[in-house]
Amino acid sequence: MVRILGFLVGLGFVGVAAWSLLWGVVAYIQEPPVETVEHRFHLHPHSEGFASDGPFGRFDRQQLQRGFQVYREVCAACHGLNQVAFRNLSELGYTEAEVRAIADQWPIQVPSINPDTGEAATRKAIPADRFPHPYPNETAARAANNNALPPDLSLIVKAREGGAPYIESLLVGYTDAATYRNEHGEALPAENRPGTGLYFNPYFANLNIAMPPPITADGQVTYADGTTATRQQMAHDVAAFLVWSAEPNLERRHQMGLAVVIFLLAATILAYLSYRNIWANAKRAVRLTGPLDPENMAKREAASREAGVNP
Amino acid sequence: MSFPWAEQYTPKHPLMQWIDQRLPLPRLVYNSVGSGYPVPRNLNYFWNFGVLAGLALVIQIVTGIVMAMHYNSNAATAFDSVEHVMRNVNSGWFLRYLHANGASFFFVVTYIHIFRGIYYGSYKAPREMVWMLGLVIYLLMMATAFMGYVLPWGQMSFWGAKVITGLFGALPLVGEPIQTWLLGGFAPDQAALTRFFSLHYLLPFVIAGVVILHIWALHIPGSGNPTGVDVKGPQDTLPFHPYYTAKDGFGAGVALIFLAILVFFMPNALGHADNYIPANPLSTPAHIVPEWYFWPLYAILRAFTVDFILPAKLWGVLAMFGAILLLFFLPWLDKSPVRSGSYRPKFKIFFWILIADVLILGYCGGSPAEEPYVIISQLATMYYFAFFLIILPILSMVEKTKPLPNSISESVLHGEKAEAAPIGVTPAAAQ
Amino acid sequence: MAAVETSEAQVEDGVRRRDFINIAAVSFAGVGGAALLFPLVNQMNPSADVLALAQIDVDISAIEEGQAIKTIWRKQPVFIRNLTAAEIQEANAVDVGSLRDPQTLAERTQEGHTNWLITLGVCTHLGCVPLGAAEGENKGEFGGYFCPCHGSHYDTAARIRKGPAPLNLEVPEYAFTTDTVVRIG
Repeated sequence: MVRILGFLVGLGFVGVAAWSLLWGVVAYIQEPPVETVEHRFHLHPHSEGFASDGPFGRFDRQQLQRGFQVYREVCAACHGLNQVAFRNLSELGYTEAEVRAIADQWPIQVPSINPDTGEAATRKAIPADRFPHPYPNETAARAANNNALPPDLSLIVKAREGGAPYIESLLVGYTDAATYRNEHGEALPAENRPGTGLYFNPYFANLNIAMPPPITADGQVTYADGTTATRQQMAHDVAAFLVWSAEPNLERRHQMGLAVVIFLLAATILAYLSYRNIWANAKRAVRLTGPLDPENMAKREAASREAGVNP
Repeated sequence: MSFPWAEQYTPKHPLMQWIDQRLPLPRLVYNSVGSGYPVPRNLNYFWNFGVLAGLALVIQIVTGIVMAMHYNSNAATAFDSVEHVMRNVNSGWFLRYLHANGASFFFVVTYIHIFRGIYYGSYKAPREMVWMLGLVIYLLMMATAFMGYVLPWGQMSFWGAKVITGLFGALPLVGEPIQTWLLGGFAPDQAALTRFFSLHYLLPFVIAGVVILHIWALHIPGSGNPTGVDVKGPQDTLPFHPYYTAKDGFGAGVALIFLAILVFFMPNALGHADNYIPANPLSTPAHIVPEWYFWPLYAILRAFTVDFILPAKLWGVLAMFGAILLLFFLPWLDKSPVRSGSYRPKFKIFFWILIADVLILGYCGGSPAEEPYVIISQLATMYYFAFFLIILPILSMVEKTKPLPNSISESVLHGEKAEAAPIGVTPAAAQ
Repeated sequence: MAAVETSEAQVEDGVRRRDFINIAAVSFAGVGGAALLFPLVNQMNPSADVLALAQIDVDISAIEEGQAIKTIWRKQPVFIRNLTAAEIQEANAVDVGSLRDPQTLAERTQEGHTNWLITLGVCTHLGCVPLGAAEGENKGEFGGYFCPCHGSHYDTAARIRKGPAPLNLEVPEYAFTTDTVVRIG
């Protein structure tokens, strides 16, 4: 009964799926899917790699400080870093006094209230504060940026396919839409050229991004440690900094991981040896004690027969 | 216990005797996972996965409870509270990554456990109840995982919730009211989030209860084995402790190494980048996909693209739920008296095609709903339903099976020659 | 029935050999389990953001003589009072031996800043916030603080003089980073 009903239900689903399949195949033949313009012109991110890459990756603190400098001078006016607290910057190698100074001098202040009138006001940041949002709310952010919302950068590396290489490639990937040719030598169709308020960047999935090129010239930032600030260098450093802001515990995680995996390997090897030891006499040579003692077995078989249990 | 030769619990220590007389819990443990539970001696490593699933459940409950001490189920601060766990809570990043990857681990071991059951005929009489309770556990796991994924309130959390609760809207007449009732509103919002948190905390304990029933139901007939031949006597079995506790300990070690590599070195590999973006009801992600363990079902859902009496969306929903519900009937669809696929050569072929089919469905489920993935999903869906509802019933009636061994011990001795000696022991001479 | 074989010597030897490797394996697993316990317990300890607010800087430049402010430190009220000369004299005139919790004003302030009395605003009886810090609040019979819950009176050095409280108001760890900024905690 079950099988008959099941058979019919099965025929039903298979049949309806086949019906969808039929129309799908017909549509595929009549109108084969066309590669979208975005797909034809989109470039995959590339990067020379970061110090934090790989299972043994660590942070290059010098680089993180340079990256923070780029963030502060180029990005912070529009992009927040709200998940990070000023005190976290001590992990980059800054002293407590330096961290306090960074917080104190941060151009965007923390919302608070006027202690005398109770009106909304702002105050200077202390290390315990998180980086304040550059705009009071989303509406203000859009109003100031041509209706585009500059995303918070704390988690951007984990929030985008391609991660840090994508961020780095994107930052210096802007190019002229009119003269750009993809790998097949094709020019960008007119309707895909950026409209007002958009800029062509082949690393961006939709090709036209609302952010104007942020890193425009070599030397835009003068690094405190004297490193030459080429556009690529600045993009690379800020991407490395954003890896840290998304995953401040990366180093701890890698270190703990190595210890845990080594421990588990040792424990598993011991467990294996113990297992083989216990089973040493089990499969080949059946031990004749306890349940397998012939006398006990005879007793139990008698008991089974008496109880009517299937031997 | 069902085996007359099983060791009896005889506590030597006066404290254990005292406890056992008043609350026979030590006895219960002894008889279920101790030396008092005889298990076929020929189990292979596919029998480790039930215990691994239990281990996964414990990991999820423990990490879940401690994270619940820090999580905030208010829609405005939920995302921040998860980041608070990641950045500020001591070892919080470890707990979060262990919980997220622990869910994937739980599903991997459960899927292998289920497919072991299908291959070796573990669902057949007298273990139908074990099989059905297992499916109940699977359904509870899916509900728990779905709600858990909503809690961080990222883009995928929100939009995944929107899509899946929207499926209920496809049901005729009662669909919309049920959807609104589930959500407590018209879209996933505060009401949905708090109730999902409550239920997500509750269901794992319901799962634990059903797991106890599942093991209890198993221990009545006792464990199956790779030959599918019943246990005939004490020569066919070994006490669970120490033999299988040792083997399960080793298996757990191997499994934990894989889990540790995931957690410590590639913690976001199985996740979706979009869930690190806070939920925005006004902005739909380019591709809404659930977590990988739902992908085969998601592919079946999206395979039905053309209306046929019923709307295509409804067919998709019916097929998706049907794909799991038909498994409840497996013991009655497949009436072959031979349990194990090792002795059913035709079945074996179709089985491995099914494995490939499910993997293909999974791949399509994680891909955009474009060609050629839709056509492939449709073909794969057809095979899935055909396998269980058409092929298997017919096959079980007409197939020619290989002769079964007379007993487990006979099969064990025949398969032993390749076994290496343990370290430090000279191999016993075979007689 | 399957053929069985036995070797008594092997069994006996096996029992002894069995112990060592098994004990080693179980011990390793035990160590692993214990190590796992640490993060599970430690996660309940204060998180980094809570610890960050364990220390605050307070600007006291606006507090005039005879005035006090209330502020929050570690989620508890703190009274910062600028003592007048009269209040200091009153405090020093008290016989320390007669106090329930004997302390001099000098012990409760810092050298060079003896007019600054910084105490927790938490009554040592059952934890209410005493009155007396703000303008016009009841300062009690000894001119310091008064707790309305069960009638504890504190003097100008915030020492308990009358009522059920057992101890003086607690003086937290603090330091003057400049003349106008005090770091508490």
